[in-house]
Amino acid sequence: MPLLSLKNISKRFGQTRAVADVSLDVEKGEFFGLLGPSGCGKTTTLRMIAGLEEPDSGEIRFNNQEITRVSPERRGFGMVFQNYALFPHLNVFENVAFGLRARHKPKNEVNERVAAALELIQLPGYGKRRVDELSGGQQQRVAIARAIAIEPALLLFDEPLSNLDVALREETRGELRELVNRLGLTAVYVTHDQEEAFALCDRIGVMVGGRLRQTGRSRELYDRPEQLSVARFLGRNNLIRVIRLSQNRSAVTEFKTLEGGHTLRLTAATEDLAPLNQPCFLAIRPEHVRIVKAGQQLENGFGGEVLEINFAGATSTVRVDANGLLLEALVLQPNGLVAGGSCTIQLPSEHLSLLKNE
Amino acid sequence: MKNEPRSLPNTLRSGKAALLVVVAIVLTYGVLYPSWELIKTSLQQNGTWSFANYSTALSQPIILESIIASLGVSLLTVFFCGLVGIPLAFLFERFDFPGQRLFASLAAMPLVLPPLVGTVAFILLCGESGILARVVQKALRLESAPWTLRGWSALLLFHTYTMYPFFYVLSGAGLRRIDAALAEAGRVLGGSRLYVLARITLPQITPSLLAAGLLTFMTSMASFSAPLLFGGNVRVLTLEIFTARQRGDTTLAITQTVVLAVISLAALLLFQRYEGTRRFAAAAMKGAPKAQKRIASGKGRAAAMFCSILFSLILFLPIATLLLVSFARDGLWTTQTLPPEYTVNNFKRIITEGNAIEPFINSLTMSGLAALAALIWSFCVATIVTRWRRKVGRRLLSLLVLVPWALPGTVVAISIAEAYGKPSSLLGSFILVGTFWILPVIYFLRFMPLVVRAVQSNMEQLDPSLEQAAASLGARWWRRLTRVTLPLVWPGAVAGTLLAFVIALGEYVASVLVFVPANRPVSIAIASELRDFNLGSAAAYGVILIAIIGVSMMIAGRLERWRY
Repeated sequence: MPLLSLKNISKRFGQTRAVADVSLDVEKGEFFGLLGPSGCGKTTTLRMIAGLEEPDSGEIRFNNQEITRVSPERRGFGMVFQNYALFPHLNVFENVAFGLRARHKPKNEVNERVAAALELIQLPGYGKRRVDELSGGQQQRVAIARAIAIEPALLLFDEPLSNLDVALREETRGELRELVNRLGLTAVYVTHDQEEAFALCDRIGVMVGGRLRQTGRSRELYDRPEQLSVARFLGRNNLIRVIRLSQNRSAVTEFKTLEGGHTLRLTAATEDLAPLNQPCFLAIRPEHVRIVKAGQQLENGFGGEVLEINFAGATSTVRVDANGLLLEALVLQPNGLVAGGSCTIQLPSEHLSLLKNE
Repeated sequence: MKNEPRSLPNTLRSGKAALLVVVAIVLTYGVLYPSWELIKTSLQQNGTWSFANYSTALSQPIILESIIASLGVSLLTVFFCGLVGIPLAFLFERFDFPGQRLFASLAAMPLVLPPLVGTVAFILLCGESGILARVVQKALRLESAPWTLRGWSALLLFHTYTMYPFFYVLSGAGLRRIDAALAEAGRVLGGSRLYVLARITLPQITPSLLAAGLLTFMTSMASFSAPLLFGGNVRVLTLEIFTARQRGDTTLAITQTVVLAVISLAALLLFQRYEGTRRFAAAAMKGAPKAQKRIASGKGRAAAMFCSILFSLILFLPIATLLLVSFARDGLWTTQTLPPEYTVNNFKRIITEGNAIEPFINSLTMSGLAALAALIWSFCVATIVTRWRRKVGRRLLSLLVLVPWALPGTVVAISIAEAYGKPSSLLGSFILVGTFWILPVIYFLRFMPLVVRAVQSNMEQLDPSLEQAAASLGARWWRRLTRVTLPLVWPGAVAGTLLAFVIALGEYVASVLVFVPANRPVSIAIASELRDFNLGSAAAYGVILIAIIGVSMMIAGRLERWRY
């Protein structure tokens, strides 16, 4: 039984459909990420979990109880806001104590738990400071302390690191994950930064255009994107327009690229296949594109011309033109390749993902 | 955005010195010397220095009572204005309904209603022989009027009607500045709606509320028309000063004036302190604050719409009454509920008869002169204030400029009359009192702070890099001023000038103390029509005044929203 479960949640703002038919489950102790470009509906989804927005339809269950229309203060969740939302008229102690005082906890318990929370975020003794005297990183930690002081049943993060500079962001990321693990909390984490999501989250749901497109572990999402929007959003991908030719032998299917007219063979489950003669997409990561000397005969291989080579330190990016099909390859050493020269390109079938039409 | 004052290029050094001299002269003649004369007179008896005037004044129970009455009326006014203004701000900031923007701007309207005109409208509507009283009397078949518009309740009702916009406008602005995420964070942390309102939202707008309270307090302390016309047995300080002066007891009037001035200035100093802290909400925040989403559906919205329509009706009733009565034939409205006969003669008379239109021409001329002078003056002051690197100097100058605005009109008029009513060390044998020029001078002094504020805040918002960019492109200071700074600042500056102009147009408090036949302003004409029971003519004057003010404020509103 999942701890949190969303069933067919939808939300409109006027004419715009912010969230459409989103269903997801979060297990107890899981760090779940909601990843997507800005405006994809991930923050709205989080706000509906927090109770700050009411879904137009659908159901939210927590601990097997329906909470869809329960007001935010009765949910007992902790939330860290993008701009931290620290109360400027209260000092650090009073900010962290706010949730405990709203629950009318006795004074000594408030003192103890605030002190413990400040200890956890490594800001002990900062209680009397005004929040605008703190650095951005410290403010961010106070916001986290305020959210965990109430011992939340669920912790919600709305892009909490996006206001920090890059170095601090990576450091805080590690601390945050460690803290959540140590306290054994369940978290939902919204971000548009895939690297951040990959580093932090046990499981990630990718949202594009208000819909939840794919859910899985980082590796699965990266290696096996199932939909065009996910392949486009997650990292660099070569997207190849193809049509299906046939289903030769048992599970191997033959495709023809619309640009260049090359033939590609790969293993694909039958139910994923588009009808014959209908264009669909194959995706392959640049680091999986192999480039070798011209004239070799390889499975899923064809000849091409090197357009340019961009040296970027440890790796180089090679752009090639295979008879009209433009591809990008990431190689460690562009040995023997020159711009304008010819080469052979191989797209290994185990790295080709067939994308579902949307 | 507050920029650090910019350092001056060499070419402007001499210009700045000249500006400083001009500013120093105006402040010496307009503020420092008259204040000094006032204090000197209050502290001298038969040529020797003493506190005798104060002990005499304060030993008279009637004067002590008037001080207490003034303070009491003002504190209660603050209370009632908060009671009306703050919920109204929430209503318009938190709900979205058809006509919300229109109602929201209408609600600030009493700010520019001349107090005397408002008083007249109130008498016509709510007075014992006003329309409302007669409706009730007819309906209940009473022998006499159901109430009288006299004393505390009348004063407080009128003060609330005219002064709640301070609370409404300032707490509305405060609410708009709050990051909506703060209240959301409070809710998620376990605070109920009420808890969050009390612990987060209200503390956030406290500086705005304090500022509004002090403004209301100062305005109420200065209030004169309402106590004069329906204060009844509530003898406030402004009224006592007026009667003491009419009796010829100048020393007593001046002593009371100093007391009134001290109270108002204390409020001003507090006000400046809280106004400075109004931005503390934004300071701690990273990123742009999130705007509060308005409630645009449900029962709350319907209730909000109903309330705002009801409120606008109440707001408009006095004005509508004024409009109605302005068409009434003078002398025929006796016991009927509504005036029995209507005519356009009141307006026709004002426009065609020379001595009837003269007060208008006087008022327009004097307010125009004062506003124009205030505009030029404001650029002098704002240039210095925004570029002066000494913080102390800047603050002192800002404070001195604000003083005449914080002082009740009664105080300003009495101090100018005292300083320039006899040969003075500053003007030699020229005596300002009794000339046409005394009113334009007083209007200028009283209302130039409004223009200075508008110009100054517009100049402070200018990005200094714009001027630096112009300089890097080779523009000298004159070209930078005329091609970059002025074009960016003028819409706000003209809006501020128009505001000063319309407020001067209906000025009564100071005018009544020092006007002469040569400059008899429209407010005095209204008061005398009222005294002669020419209600129709008085109302017609008021309607024309409101029309001019309305048009001016519409232009000002357009200019303020002007964006490049």
